[in-house]
Amino acid sequence: MNHAVSHNSSVEVPVWRLGIWWFLASEIVVFGGLVVCYILYRFNHPEWGMEAGRTLLWVGSVNTVVLLTSSLTMILAHYSIVEKGDLALGRRYLGVTILLGLLFLCFKGYEYSHEIHAGLVPSRSLFWGFYYLMTGLHGLHVIGGLVANGVILGGLSQGRTPHRIESIGLYWHFVDVVWIFLFPLLYLASQGGAS
Amino acid sequence: MALVGGYLAYLFRHQLAWPNEPVPGFGQVGPDQYNMFVTMHGTIMVFWVAMPILLSGFGNFLLPLMIGARDMAFPRLNRLSYWTFFLSTVVLIVSFFVPGGAFAGGWTIYPPLSAEPGYTGVVWGGNLWILAVALEFVSMLMGGINFMTTTLSLRAKGMALFRMPIFVWMINVASILFMFSVGPLIAGAFMLLADRTLQVGFFLPAAGGDPLLFQHLFWFFGHPEVYVLLLPALGIIAEILPVFSRKPLFGYRPIIYSTLIAGVLSFVVWAHHQFISGIDPRLAMPFSITTILISVPFAFSLFAYIATLWKGSISFSTAMLFALGMIAEFLLGGVTGIVNGSTAADIYVHDTYFVVAHFHYTLFPVTFLATFAGIYYWYPKLFGRFLSEFWGKVHFTLTLIGFNLAFLPLFSVGIAGHHRRIFDPSAFEFLHRIQHLHVLATVGLIILLTGQIPFILNFFLSLRRGRLAEANPWQANTLEWIAPSPPGHRNFETDPVVVRGPYEYSVPGAAKDWLSQGEAS
Ligand code: HEM
Ligand SMILES: [Cu+2]
Repeated sequence: MNHAVSHNSSVEVPVWRLGIWWFLASEIVVFGGLVVCYILYRFNHPEWGMEAGRTLLWVGSVNTVVLLTSSLTMILAHYSIVEKGDLALGRRYLGVTILLGLLFLCFKGYEYSHEIHAGLVPSRSLFWGFYYLMTGLHGLHVIGGLVANGVILGGLSQGRTPHRIESIGLYWHFVDVVWIFLFPLLYLASQGGAS
Repeated sequence: MALVGGYLAYLFRHQLAWPNEPVPGFGQVGPDQYNMFVTMHGTIMVFWVAMPILLSGFGNFLLPLMIGARDMAFPRLNRLSYWTFFLSTVVLIVSFFVPGGAFAGGWTIYPPLSAEPGYTGVVWGGNLWILAVALEFVSMLMGGINFMTTTLSLRAKGMALFRMPIFVWMINVASILFMFSVGPLIAGAFMLLADRTLQVGFFLPAAGGDPLLFQHLFWFFGHPEVYVLLLPALGIIAEILPVFSRKPLFGYRPIIYSTLIAGVLSFVVWAHHQFISGIDPRLAMPFSITTILISVPFAFSLFAYIATLWKGSISFSTAMLFALGMIAEFLLGGVTGIVNGSTAADIYVHDTYFVVAHFHYTLFPVTFLATFAGIYYWYPKLFGRFLSEFWGKVHFTLTLIGFNLAFLPLFSVGIAGHHRRIFDPSAFEFLHRIQHLHVLATVGLIILLTGQIPFILNFFLSLRRGRLAEANPWQANTLEWIAPSPPGHRNFETDPVVVRGPYEYSVPGAAKDWLSQGEAS
């Protein structure tokens, strides 16, 4: 993709930024669809509150902190590279982001195995169906983000253009924001329930 | 894939006309096979014929040319999108051959039929259906990114937004509609897949799930989807009409505005597909109103098209004939849609052949008549040669006769109370007296299918034998006609500069009756 030659460009926004925003918008409607379905069902199933109470709240909370921190290090990586031009520092921050992402996955894996042992499997009830579908899809996005981060980390050392770091940054924050929605819906809304 | 879709139609239409007789060239069609063929026919025609031809095919070729770009913004993404599409096609074809055969629960994959493999006996076919459609959607989303970014960032100098040809507008609006509507369906597909493989029961009442929810997710996508197909077709027609009537397009800006309005409205009409699914009558009313409302902007556009013809010097080239045919037939489809949109009438005609006739009167003109119009019109640009006009007119005549014969009778069949997706109509006493209409419709289909032979021959023979075409054989204004025929690697020899709008034909005082949009820089 040769952005420099976009010959007689008529808007100032570079094509890659348009591309990434378009991509994120299409992701938002997918997760949005799932979340809306979940909420609609949740109104009709007050007993889900009890099920939600059986999630491992402490793991979820720790993971929320882990993911938020990784977003922070992502911003720092972007800042170091784009604003300060310090490639080495940026690489270190990006590395920390990747480690935090891996940590998130480890916790999530621990959680899954704990739950499956306790018989909390997808076919148990719709709540657990949603739980695995939504967190699983989110997890896949984390994995995708980690792979992309790794590729970019490799690319940076060869001095590739820094706009990639902004793209992946936007994506990473998006994955983070999705979690911010999932966490209260699945873990926190545990007492009684609406209606 | 159009041939596969048409062949499937032949198989089940034969069964409808002459129930339980072996189909020549195939053999006996069983009830399970009937369901499978109907389902796959709908799936293929919508997702593997209409969308890829209208959006990806015409869009990828024409959009960069029309805005004066050398290529799409992301050529590599384009290739990825193409191969993803190819893969999706392979998956779909493979699904015919796995044990249990292809999916058979209708192209709308309604649960509970689709959520529990036991109900249809199709296990792998259903999973592969979901996988194939998902891949196809991903491919189309990648295409959409490309259309939008290319339009926003690679326009030639002077190509203001309101100088873009209508086709470019339509492709972009269609891409946006697709992107915003498809998400919930993808979410629904994940849930369905979880139902099928992990026995969750999101959509199974026995497990506390709700099948209606899926209908909402599907039609929230499904209705905008019909406009995703319609808009590029309308775009093609808008390019052809002015050229062959030597007149400016009537109401350029109003057409764009009304398209945008229709695009927004298309997100609030979906439940008109569910009037008898058990939705709240208080909900049916507003959806009925929005549905009738949305016909206003489209009626406006069609009248603007017709007004373009007014007092023009019309030449009936094959492309023009198909364009006019598209408008005429689509009008019939649109008008009968108002019947379906009114709750009271729809409760009677829902799921009868009236609906089948209605949506084929919209989708067939969109998918085939507009596509043929576009092919006859842009073939010289694509290959540097003309298609034979004589055989083109033969093709047009047979297609139109065949199509109307195949579907006009179905309105009556539907009013007589024949429900769709019924394997053997002869099993119902009260349908016997309309059996001749089914025979008529099948004869129509056979004429229609035979009518495509001249086209296919014409298409391939003209590649080498057709009359040579210069760069601008129709004396048209839009930028693609500045590029050589066929366009070279970078489309234009020199980047064009745009100096006027796209439809300035027969401008008073001008030396010739067309004024090209661009000049070589
Ligand atoms: C080639 C000419 C065509 C013929 C003769 C034809 C015929 C039919 C018939 C008779 C049915 C109803 C069968 C039943 O309900 O038992 C049907 C269903 C359908 N057709 Fe076509 N069709 C044609 C082209 C198309 C095109 C171009 C499209 C869309 C772009 C299309 C989309 C559909 C859809 C979505 C269904 C519903 C499938 C379902 O019920 O799951 N067809 N077709
Ligand atoms: Cu609709």
